[in-house]
Amino acid sequence: MKCETAAVLEERKGQVHRTGQGPIEMACNRDSLAGAVSQRACVFCGSRVVLYPIADALHLVHGPIGCAVYTWDIRGSLSSGPELHRLSFSTDLQEKDVIFGGEKKLEAALDELIDRHDPKAVFVYSTCIVGIIGDDLEAVCRTMSEKKGIPVLPVQSEGFKGSKREGYNAACKAMFRLVGTGDTSDISPVSVNILGDFNLAGEIWIIREYLERMGVEVVANISGDGRVADVRRCHGAALNVVQCSGATLDLAKMMEEKYGVPYIRVSYLGIEDMADSLYYIADHFKDIDPEITTKTSNLVRDELEVLMPELARFRKDLEGKKVAIYVGGAFKAFSLIKAFRHLGMQVVMVGSQTGTEEDYRELEEITDPGTIIVDDSNPLELSAFIKEKDVDVFVGGVKERPIAFKMGVGFCDHNHERKEALEGFVGMFNFAREIHTSAISPVWKFVPRREQKEAEHE
Amino acid sequence: MSKTNYVSTTNACKLCTPLGASLAFRGVEKSVPFLHGSQGCATYMRRYIISHFREPMDIASSALGEKHAVYGGGPNLKKGLLNVMKKYSPRVVGVATTCLTETIGDHVSGILHEFKEEFGDLDLPELVHVSTPSYNGTHMDGWTGAVQAMADQLVFEKTETTESVNLFPGMVSPGDVRNLKDIFEHFGLDVTVLPDISETLDGPALLDYEPIPSGGTPVERIQAMSNAACSIEFGRCLPGSTAGITLENKYGVPCHGLGMPVGIRETDRFMDVLAKTSGRSVPRRYLMDRGRLVDALVDGHKYISGKRAVIYGEEDLVVGLVAFMSEIGVQPILVATGSKTGKLAGAIAKVGSDLRQQPLIREGVDFHDIAEQADELAPDLVIGHSKGYRYCRDWGVPLVRVGFPIHDRFGGQRLRILGYGGAQKLYDRIVNAVLEKKQADSHIGYGYL
Repeated sequence: MKCETAAVLEERKGQVHRTGQGPIEMACNRDSLAGAVSQRACVFCGSRVVLYPIADALHLVHGPIGCAVYTWDIRGSLSSGPELHRLSFSTDLQEKDVIFGGEKKLEAALDELIDRHDPKAVFVYSTCIVGIIGDDLEAVCRTMSEKKGIPVLPVQSEGFKGSKREGYNAACKAMFRLVGTGDTSDISPVSVNILGDFNLAGEIWIIREYLERMGVEVVANISGDGRVADVRRCHGAALNVVQCSGATLDLAKMMEEKYGVPYIRVSYLGIEDMADSLYYIADHFKDIDPEITTKTSNLVRDELEVLMPELARFRKDLEGKKVAIYVGGAFKAFSLIKAFRHLGMQVVMVGSQTGTEEDYRELEEITDPGTIIVDDSNPLELSAFIKEKDVDVFVGGVKERPIAFKMGVGFCDHNHERKEALEGFVGMFNFAREIHTSAISPVWKFVPRREQKEAEHE
Repeated sequence: MSKTNYVSTTNACKLCTPLGASLAFRGVEKSVPFLHGSQGCATYMRRYIISHFREPMDIASSALGEKHAVYGGGPNLKKGLLNVMKKYSPRVVGVATTCLTETIGDHVSGILHEFKEEFGDLDLPELVHVSTPSYNGTHMDGWTGAVQAMADQLVFEKTETTESVNLFPGMVSPGDVRNLKDIFEHFGLDVTVLPDISETLDGPALLDYEPIPSGGTPVERIQAMSNAACSIEFGRCLPGSTAGITLENKYGVPCHGLGMPVGIRETDRFMDVLAKTSGRSVPRRYLMDRGRLVDALVDGHKYISGKRAVIYGEEDLVVGLVAFMSEIGVQPILVATGSKTGKLAGAIAKVGSDLRQQPLIREGVDFHDIAEQADELAPDLVIGHSKGYRYCRDWGVPLVRVGFPIHDRFGGQRLRILGYGGAQKLYDRIVNAVLEKKQADSHIGYGYL
């Protein structure tokens, strides 16, 4: 069943679906349509967001200035120690470099920056133009690695060679070159790596604290508050716990194949998914540590005892309000839909930039009839959906915010730039509070669409 | 003061060329900025711009993939234009290139020509293109280039001479554009401001989402710019070919090149041109504004006299700020920009003659360079955009935010610095920044300052 909405371009109709209206066949994982103002970014963006939180590595963007400057300290990825990742390094390629090649400049820049900052490793990101002028990143990195005695890793992230997903893959490949180079002798048999968490607003610390209460050792954070030395030895962990946005799934698969480290997919958003994630981990280790199950259920019970009464308080004001969700990876959408049930809110639109067919089938299963499901959307479509569904709160990233606000709709930033921790049980509380704060504001009374409604009632 | 010449860039003090072009194209009525390149460029720039203006900012992209990079991006550019036409019904599409399409050698004007031939039966928008490889220049070159391209490609032949005035204000805030339009109105002058982002990037709450935000310079007004009595163009560091110069050369429209009217003297010069052009004397309200400003400078001078400031940002903004600092007794010690036109020192020499000490002037810098020198120079305050915040925090020095981007404060799009009124607002903020610091640092907790 195709969707008939005027705002949807003919060629995009296969990427919009309504729950309950025929079988879902989402034409996703396509290149963005020219001229459609996609909310997606590029390959480079995918690599940059995954690797960027590794705080003691130097991240050098080999390209013209834009790619580096737009990703300078872009996420709220916190570090408990070094903060080298928060600086924006670039070779700032100029016209003559484009003509004569940028390898010499890259080498000189690496020489200078490594001496200045003494990093534990360097990631060198390729950009569109490097892919065209054909600089041999691999060779320059090898030379510099030998010269400086630290890993200097090329990231093949030419912007035009796919979408964000290919960037995730390039990042995983770069990290995988580090894996297996560190000592694993003192790692506990009850140990995990946290994959696919970027420590926005300190979220990974919340998860690590839960794991500590369960008696589980965390070997490496990949990549929030990440350290090169941890990545080097992370093949020694017993289990990879992958938050399933797809960003780091490739790395988990590579580690499973080469080092036999199994992985499970989890989500730390919302109540059920957070609790389930901990139970899966407990389940994995119950033979080694028989008490882990009790410890985990105690943890979940203690946390919920605090959380549930608070949620009930928010729910009173939020019951029945309508929500639209548009996020990067579909995994987040699943968790958010469940989270909104606890607040009594109705999800009327859900979409993602990079979901798979399987993701969209699952979304159709867990959403109410009539819910709009959309892949790789754009401002015109999103605004049409907001209007059609009379949305009260929109959950998205910074590019969606002005669309919601312009139409007088509440908003919760669930993307890279959020400064509120939204993971874990405490994150669910923060999330509910943020939604509540936006939804109950008196300002909506003055926005045109509400003023008009008021006028109609009078 | 020696300076190592670094190869690498750390925390750049500039943005890339296509961003400036996209912003300028946003200031034309019913116009869609369109980047010919990979999808990421448009998305990154949108995010960056949205975080400052807090307004929707659609930038279309030809979203090139690997095969387009090999075989040329022409087909995707055409397809993208058709899609933009379908969904936005624009009057103008402003096509800016990126490093990708410049390097693969796409001949954009040729492709657009072909497009017009192929789809001549459709109701086509005006197509403007500007070459903006990001490995050349900064966002200011993109802005100036896009405005020049519009003057060059959209303007009709001269048919008469009207009393209208063209204004090319440069990259100033929507708040300042509104302010400038008011000034013209009060002189009784009809003005065409290009670009005019006063509404497109600072609009009201809406019932229906507008695919293209209302406002912007109407196309008809741009087309008729050749008929204007004169042009006024702000900027002392502009390239040889600008919109104003183009109109002067092609249609004989005299161009008054002025510094950005920041502070008393630069605003006096602006008022002087307006008075001569309109044949009216400066309206009383501006004489009063000027009088109040001078009064305020006297009231506040002891708080800030001799304070040492680091100033960074786009060249012409920085020149305007130095001009004003020289009038209020703040000593600029380091004046820095990410651009490299070689014009900054000359411009500062023209506006900063009252300075007791000449500042260190640096072009083509990043924040690593700025920090390295500022550490030795021990500033009392810093004036510039948001990206210097972490350095100011380390130094324990207040940052007075001006320019673009303002990502860590509210209301950047409404900040005013131009004219006597803008100078007043800026002056108040500078004095208050110094007072706030003094109050916070004092253990006494003064209630009067």
